[in-house]
Amino acid sequence: MATTIPTAPATDVSVELRRAMLRQMLLIRRFEEKAAEAYALGKIGGFCHLYIGQEAVAVGVSAALRDDDYVIASYREHGQALARGVAASAVMAELFGKATGCSGGKGGSMHIFDRSRGFMGGHGIVGGHLPLAAGIGFAIRYRGGDQVCACFFGDAAVNIGAFHEALNMSSVYRTPVIYVCENNKYGMGTAFERVAAVTDVAEHACSYDMAAELVNGMDVLEVYGAAQRAVARARRHGHPTLLEVRTYRFMGHSMSDPTHGVYRTKEEVEEEKRRDPIVRLASQLQAEGALDRAAYDTLDAEVLAEAEAAVHFAEESPDPGPEQLAAHVLAE
Amino acid sequence: MPTLTYRDALNQALREEMQRDPDVFLMGEEVGVYQGAYKVSRGLLEEFGPTRIVDTPIAELGFAGIGVGAAMAGLRPVIEFMTWNFALLALDQIVNAAAKMQYMSGGQFRMPMVFRGPNGAALQLGAQHSQAWESWLAHIPGLKVVAPATPADAKGLLKSAIRDDNPVIVLEGEMLYNLKGEVPDGEHLVPIGQAEVKRPGADVTLICHSKTVSVALKAAEQLAAQDVSAEVLDLRSLRPMDESAILTSVVKTNRCVVVEEGWPFCGIGAQVVDIVQRDAFDHLDAPVLRVTQADVPMPYNKQLERAAKASPEKVVAAARRVLYLD
Repeated sequence: MATTIPTAPATDVSVELRRAMLRQMLLIRRFEEKAAEAYALGKIGGFCHLYIGQEAVAVGVSAALRDDDYVIASYREHGQALARGVAASAVMAELFGKATGCSGGKGGSMHIFDRSRGFMGGHGIVGGHLPLAAGIGFAIRYRGGDQVCACFFGDAAVNIGAFHEALNMSSVYRTPVIYVCENNKYGMGTAFERVAAVTDVAEHACSYDMAAELVNGMDVLEVYGAAQRAVARARRHGHPTLLEVRTYRFMGHSMSDPTHGVYRTKEEVEEEKRRDPIVRLASQLQAEGALDRAAYDTLDAEVLAEAEAAVHFAEESPDPGPEQLAAHVLAE
Repeated sequence: MPTLTYRDALNQALREEMQRDPDVFLMGEEVGVYQGAYKVSRGLLEEFGPTRIVDTPIAELGFAGIGVGAAMAGLRPVIEFMTWNFALLALDQIVNAAAKMQYMSGGQFRMPMVFRGPNGAALQLGAQHSQAWESWLAHIPGLKVVAPATPADAKGLLKSAIRDDNPVIVLEGEMLYNLKGEVPDGEHLVPIGQAEVKRPGADVTLICHSKTVSVALKAAEQLAAQDVSAEVLDLRSLRPMDESAILTSVVKTNRCVVVEEGWPFCGIGAQVVDIVQRDAFDHLDAPVLRVTQADVPMPYNKQLERAAKASPEKVVAAARRVLYLD
């Protein structure tokens, strides 16, 4: 029997961990702002999908994971990579297509990989990586391990067959996967409610005998709490979970899409920005006296310096050599 | 040497590789309790249990993707498609995930996995169940593609495919499962990328693979009765393709006919012709001809179906044309 569990923010989260979460969210924000600048200057090519506004989702889920767990994501995955501890310099260098990028410059913004961090990629076909998550979970179970796999995807992926095939088989084979639907209300420029008969994504879990939670994605502690419960179910019992995390992207779908475009209003975007997850956590820490203005500014300056250093590193890094063109097509 | 069917040779390869390496598992529709739609996995569920012989729902995209994910996490999946016709639903996983993962991750993730199942037309199964997919799959960098014609090659190529660190497509001839032949016991590996002369000859080279090897061998017999000595070259691997074996034979015979089950347009034969015209141009005494399936969806009617397929008679006619005998 599937259960939709009433969600609750994690309580008793140490000041230290909350400050670390704040730092990660700020790092992602500053990193993405720097990526947008570099894109505007033509230093980053192709498609580039920014994560600004959604930081609490990657950070809240990643905080519930162990180092030996796995993460797999869609093409809007810079934030998940950073939250997973992939070096900002290696991610930025990958956006720049440089040899020092985490995929050697051959993946790009949509294909961030870091095996050493269990980061199993950014994947560019909507929904295509959900069966891969089920397969990673299958491998964990096959070997009798107690790791889990967190799989991030957008609301648009819910309408594709791969979502349903993956959730069904994950439940049948009891694979320890946390399916994290980042419902930011729009698949590119199409409002989810215009193309989905069932608009509460979490309800789909009932069809697959899976636990689910509806989570406020603008509150990192709520995401963290739900992720902890999902991770526990997966680690102890091998049960997958579907988390529907309601979030919002403050930028366009990609760099070629204006901030609000014609499919949503400026007022809507401004209204959502008032729920900024970074402001929310910072205010909470400040209210508790755990973070004063100066400490916040120091933190922000630190991550800004880290993002700027990542850009500098990417700019100074060499392009992959011509021998890389034919390398890695096949294993030797 | 023991005589086995093609089906049992594949079964032996799976069994031996699963005994050898605990990371190898078989997943697909009807592979377990049902013992395989074509009985290739007969007895394996009893020997290896449901963790390693995994029945799936009818969801090709889903279980192909599970294979890719499991390979990323270090296992060696063998994904069985009940037929390659159904694998079309999984093409995104084969092409966009399995074939590209090593490249787009800068070499971090190997893809030690096999996609296998019956390919090519059987008898009167109609348009949607009678297709040969090799030219689609061989088109993709990052994949290897093999198509064994004999029980011995079926065993040796499947074993090599399972041990390979790349995604390997194993195209089994749907009409070959009952074919009998001698199969070496135990360790028998056929290297991927090596063609084999199945019948030596001097006057014309018949290049073929999978089911068309028996078509070409029958044609060679008929040609022998007409005092024409045909060499039958079985490609065995389509990607990589054994260019030197093709050139060695054509340089010797100076004439060539390519036979395949697939459609003519952009087919495997077109690739062979490219190799031959590029590197054996001065050795050719006639244009290369191709014998393929007719350029139509497969009809159900028995006579029409026969007319659509490559046959020994069509190969003989083509061989006589490149020899200017007709």
